[in-house]
Amino acid sequence: MQVVLTIVGEDQVGIIAKVSNALADMNINIVNINQNIMQGFFNMVLIAEMDKANVSIKEARDVMTKLGEEIGVEIRLQSEEIFTAMHRI
Amino acid sequence: MLYNTQDIFETTRMITQNKLDVRTITMGISLRDCCHPDINVVAQKIYDKICLKAEKLVKTGEDLEVELGVPIINKRISVTPISMVGESCDTNDYVPLAKALDRAGKQVGVNFIGGFSALVDKGYTKGDRNLINSIPEALDVTDIVCSSVSVGSTKCGINMDAVKQMGEIIKLTAKRTADRDALGCAKLVVFCNAVPDNPFMAGAFLGVTEPETVINVGVSGPGVVKHALESVRNGDIGEVAETIKKTAFKITRVGQLVAQEAAKRLNTQFGIIDLSLAPTPAVGDSVAHILEEIGLECCGGPGTTATLAMLNDAVKKGGLMASSYVGGLSGAFIPVSEDAGMIHAVECGCLTLEKLEAMTCVCSVGLDMIAIPGDTTAATISAIIADEAAIGMINNKTTAVRVIPVPGKGVGEKVEFGGLLGYAPIIKVNTYSAERFISRGGRIPAPVRSLTN
Repeated sequence: MQVVLTIVGEDQVGIIAKVSNALADMNINIVNINQNIMQGFFNMVLIAEMDKANVSIKEARDVMTKLGEEIGVEIRLQSEEIFTAMHRI
Repeated sequence: MLYNTQDIFETTRMITQNKLDVRTITMGISLRDCCHPDINVVAQKIYDKICLKAEKLVKTGEDLEVELGVPIINKRISVTPISMVGESCDTNDYVPLAKALDRAGKQVGVNFIGGFSALVDKGYTKGDRNLINSIPEALDVTDIVCSSVSVGSTKCGINMDAVKQMGEIIKLTAKRTADRDALGCAKLVVFCNAVPDNPFMAGAFLGVTEPETVINVGVSGPGVVKHALESVRNGDIGEVAETIKKTAFKITRVGQLVAQEAAKRLNTQFGIIDLSLAPTPAVGDSVAHILEEIGLECCGGPGTTATLAMLNDAVKKGGLMASSYVGGLSGAFIPVSEDAGMIHAVECGCLTLEKLEAMTCVCSVGLDMIAIPGDTTAATISAIIADEAAIGMINNKTTAVRVIPVPGKGVGEKVEFGGLLGYAPIIKVNTYSAERFISRGGRIPAPVRSLTN
């Protein structure tokens, strides 16, 4: 199953490093990253593959939410299905 | 890139800022096989069947919520009208069946269970009569049971004996739950043209044409529609309608996804998506505020009916393509106590009962969650029900009345129901008497369906 991570917050050094490290620890494979800085704000959409993950989607979401709180950005992890449903016919 | 970044942020914004949610996953469970002459056996059968069939309902809803990242506010159950299940019993009191529903609902963790209902469009059976007489006590001694009575339809006309009785039943229910500001009446709705697959409370029941179990889903999203309309402030009304349509499409797609997944995981059938804009008392989740965004100073003023008609139609047009099966009530809801904008409009005197009645001609579903003075007579409540049922009967649509005559309180005072039921200022009711009309009883004949003017 693919998941979409959205990360929004004030820019700082090492956001991608910390996020990708956390994903690697859970054996979640990154498929695509799209990131930019707009007026000092960090915006990132990351798509990842969970097929070989060693955690459930709920656990992965909890880990990422907690990581977001630690580094001071908002991280949401959702199944890609909701985006497909809403934006693809 | 598989997805456009903008699309992804649009979806997350809808959820985090505009209160997009799936309002309810409602599991319909047939209780037709629970009949028995001994009411205690029926109660036990009902309890066992609900606990078995809905065991995983709440867990499934919570799992989907986590995976998809969209809140699913309510998990509910609707059952076969209890008047039909109870009819086999050799007793006149169906309160034990309401208690069984209450216990079963609490056991599986749902927040409401609907179906303490009777359908008497044309007349009563023994079971219908027993059930309706049991309503005041049933709603007093249970917490999560909801009751509904259908008193008319376009095909049958209006059962005025039932209209008369329901005015009395609403008063009795208010009296029995007076210590809770007549909360019992918030769980009781009177229908014309009741639908068999409605997932929303208090009017949900599982109709006789429905399968053994089924998943029906109600979507929401007034906040999302309002936000989308903020981008077309200078557009003409055609652009406004188009924007609502597109937004409704997206909202409904989420509901469709949730419904399909839930049905699959619960090993049952996906029934319908109810395309309703259902508000909550939370700020930013109001249907009234959408009408004001379109260009009204305050909901209830001139222009309200026209804007609401357009909104309701556009929601349906957008939603219809987004879902493979649409049903239920499908329209914008205007429950007064559950909508911050409606509450404000009543408080400032702009929104009256008469305007609300006009609004129900063009939208789902009726006079809903309206607190009225405690001294309103049963005959007046019956006459309000008759008016509303007539609108439904003639216009071939569902209409309903859920009014709460709050004992000891008068116009302008406030009543608090808590949670999703919200709070409401008590609205003025025209006190000219309809006593003689209501006391006639009988039936309003079914209306002519051609020569419509």
